[in-house]
Amino acid sequence: MPEGEPLVRWDWIASHIELFGDLTVEHLKLSLLPILFGLLIAVPLGVLCARWGWLYPPVLTIANILYAVPSLALFLVLLDFTGLTIWTVVIPLTLYTLSVLVPNVVDGLRQVPEQTRQAAVAMGYTPLRRLVAVELPIAVPVIMAGVRVATVSNISLVSVGALIGIGGLGRLFKDGFDLQFTTPVFAGIVLIIALAVLFDFALVLLQRLLTPWTAR
Amino acid sequence: MNAGWEWITDPANWHGSDGIPVRLAEHVGYTLLVLLVALAIGLPLGLFIAHAGQRAAFAVINTANGARALPTLGLLVLIFLLSTGSDVAALIPLVILAIPPILVNAYEGIRQVEPQVRDAARGMGMTGRQVLFRVELPIAVPLILLGARTAAVQVVATATVAAYINLGGLGGYIMDGILLREYGEAVGGSVLVVLLAVSVQGLFTLFTHLVTPRGLRKEHA
Repeated sequence: MPEGEPLVRWDWIASHIELFGDLTVEHLKLSLLPILFGLLIAVPLGVLCARWGWLYPPVLTIANILYAVPSLALFLVLLDFTGLTIWTVVIPLTLYTLSVLVPNVVDGLRQVPEQTRQAAVAMGYTPLRRLVAVELPIAVPVIMAGVRVATVSNISLVSVGALIGIGGLGRLFKDGFDLQFTTPVFAGIVLIIALAVLFDFALVLLQRLLTPWTAR
Repeated sequence: MNAGWEWITDPANWHGSDGIPVRLAEHVGYTLLVLLVALAIGLPLGLFIAHAGQRAAFAVINTANGARALPTLGLLVLIFLLSTGSDVAALIPLVILAIPPILVNAYEGIRQVEPQVRDAARGMGMTGRQVLFRVELPIAVPLILLGARTAAVQVVATATVAAYINLGGLGGYIMDGILLREYGEAVGGSVLVVLLAVSVQGLFTLFTHLVTPRGLRKEHA
């Protein structure tokens, strides 16, 4: 960094508000779509694993291995197939989301008290209705804990995508490095933390709404 | 994928100062260093807050969870620019990444020790220190190691990004591959990182099994 250069140049920030807006929108798309797809896949998969126990260990092993794959490596492999589209980032992040969510769905369903399940059976609930109206609602707090972890880590992981050209606010890190200029890097870090905190808070509120019986 | 395999099996890539053995050793070295520093900070802090008041624990745990939101790439670039390129500085974001799982699991591990067990130890006349080292810590070992495993895997995977600021390691192949559009090299480097991460995971599982006190091992169902 050149001598006498301040950490943050506010005039640069003021003149790039529009860029921040565009990058933020792209960043949210890249980090939240995987949560949506992850939930759509993890809930049925978790239900199957909770129903047939033998299915769970192999699924858990695959989830653990997936978690160990560096995001950059997955982006690169996909770049061949999906090119410079959002899918190159969305698909790997969906896989990470799955590796966090599936265990939580299974744990959530497994901690439904046996008495509760039997009460539902005695009341004449069909298995499907019992799942949707009794078991899944009881599992919501555990599932939401996973959704919160996945959302926060996705919001921070998306920025790595900038190295292959699709990274939302991560572009500010690349620009800052190329220009040897701290202001965009600083702005990017602050915006990403702000987004993570905001969405984590929103998810806490959503959980209160979904499970009013847990509120104190 | 095939290009990656060809690159890995090409003997030319196994020699010299940027050959696979050298880069692999760098990668493992960084990971160990980061993990040791993170353990030295996260473990005592986790044990401490498990015994401190509820409010202090709540604050530290939330801060640790909040730290997961920090974008590693951004921190790396910022610290690199501010420190004018020191290698050690580049490891700071990785340490920050590794502390939360270690800290939170150490805390949870101690918290889940049943009060009766703790009382029994006190009743036998153990001092506070003996309770911690002879009772609580051994019971918490599986969870603590799970935290260390999560941290280790994350560091192995994320250290690749550190190559962006020329830290070396296996990530260097990925970065060079991207820059020079040498797909084989990039994919080959990625495969090596995955193999390393999976081996680290396996080693930890084995190690956990070995150091878990016999009384705690679950009968295999």
